Amino acid sequence: MYPMCLAVPALITKIDGAMADAELAGNMTRVNILFTPGVKVGDYVVMHAGYAISVMDSAEAEETFRLLEEMAGLDADG
Amino acid sequence: MQTGKTFRDPVVVEKLKVRIWAASKKPIKVMEFCGTHTHAIHRFGIRQILPPTVELFSGPGCPVCVTDNTDIDRAIAISKLPGVIVATFGDLLKVPGTSESLLTAKAEGAAVVMVYSPLDVLSLAAGNPGCRVVFLGIGFETTAPAVAASIDEAREKGLSNYSVLSMHKVTPPAMRAILDAREIALDAILCPGHVSTVTGADAWRFVPEEYHIPAVVAGFEPVDIMLAIAQIVRQCEAGSPRVANAYPRSVSNEGNRPAREMMDQVFETAPASWRGLGAIPASGLAIRPEYAAHDALRLFDVEVPECRTPDGCSCGEIIRGVMRPDECPLFRTICTPSHPIGPCMVSSEGSCSAYYLYG
Repeated sequence: MYPMCLAVPALITKIDGAMADAELAGNMTRVNILFTPGVKVGDYVVMHAGYAISVMDSAEAEETFRLLEEMAGLDADG
Repeated sequence: MQTGKTFRDPVVVEKLKVRIWAASKKPIKVMEFCGTHTHAIHRFGIRQILPPTVELFSGPGCPVCVTDNTDIDRAIAISKLPGVIVATFGDLLKVPGTSESLLTAKAEGAAVVMVYSPLDVLSLAAGNPGCRVVFLGIGFETTAPAVAASIDEAREKGLSNYSVLSMHKVTPPAMRAILDAREIALDAILCPGHVSTVTGADAWRFVPEEYHIPAVVAGFEPVDIMLAIAQIVRQCEAGSPRVANAYPRSVSNEGNRPAREMMDQVFETAPASWRGLGAIPASGLAIRPEYAAHDALRLFDVEVPECRTPDGCSCGEIIRGVMRPDECPLFRTICTPSHPIGPCMVSSEGSCSAYYLYG
């Protein structure tokens, strides 16, 4: 059964107006990019119910690891 | 960029675990609002690696579970009308209404179709001009913008046979209802990651400001959840509650403005009835009059039977976090995923289904 509220990262491979091709767990899918106007090929989006609801980027991911470092003095190489 | 692997690094999880054990002195009760968190917490065994001082409670964050029986019954009644095709996310199919589910209605001849996206339903409506296609709009702020966009697109394209039965709900009022009820003395809230992607982390500012407990937004990988719990513990120990965002790769303080604008363009807040929580003012999303031609609630005047909750079903208590699924007398005895009595066992985000699957 498809979990309705699940949102998953998908890699944008081609943009075609309001729609894009995306790679999702090894499969190709179509995603509507109306809510992520700045999205580019090569970006990861969080995809939910056929729509991209955010663009993820490495800077934001690194921010999490920076937080980790800051709070626990952890290595940032994880 | 690695989106998943890095955030499952067992070494990082272990270090966070050590940090949490060292920092946590006083016992705290934390509610994870979101059903996807409940499942991730079980799946990754997070409860088992937390110190006994950190107790997690599952909250109401599953849109299917909090949908009132009357709404399910209305959807079933609409599915039985001639010339109607009802399209729904799969989770809703097996949810028992008062006397049947959408799945049993389908078995008896109702046209019920499972879809992944409202975009699929627009295609279905375009391909079946002789039918009235009704999409069951269910979900929180994560889902409502997509459904709003489909309604707007239907109006733009003149797709007059497409309508939505909106059962959408917004989450902050439910969070308030739980905190106001004070059935559990909660010390912190683990805030939903994908709802917050749309609403922004700022949507939870009322939690520290009015209830004086931390509100920390978390993603869904083990590192995300452990990082959020570490921040909660630190705030609780320091006695300095605030909103923190432990999922910044998807969530900003402001959220997704285009998504919220689309949601506001098509929907307006309305009172809604939540399973377990009852009626909550301004917690539902009704379709605005400008889009009335696509509002199934206005289009289909169906008679809904007086609704009844199955005897012994504790979904209401489980949604409020005052009962654990394995404390329900029906759990794993007569209520199982293949024969669910209440929605928390049906939904892939329901607490009972998580307890059943992961023990």
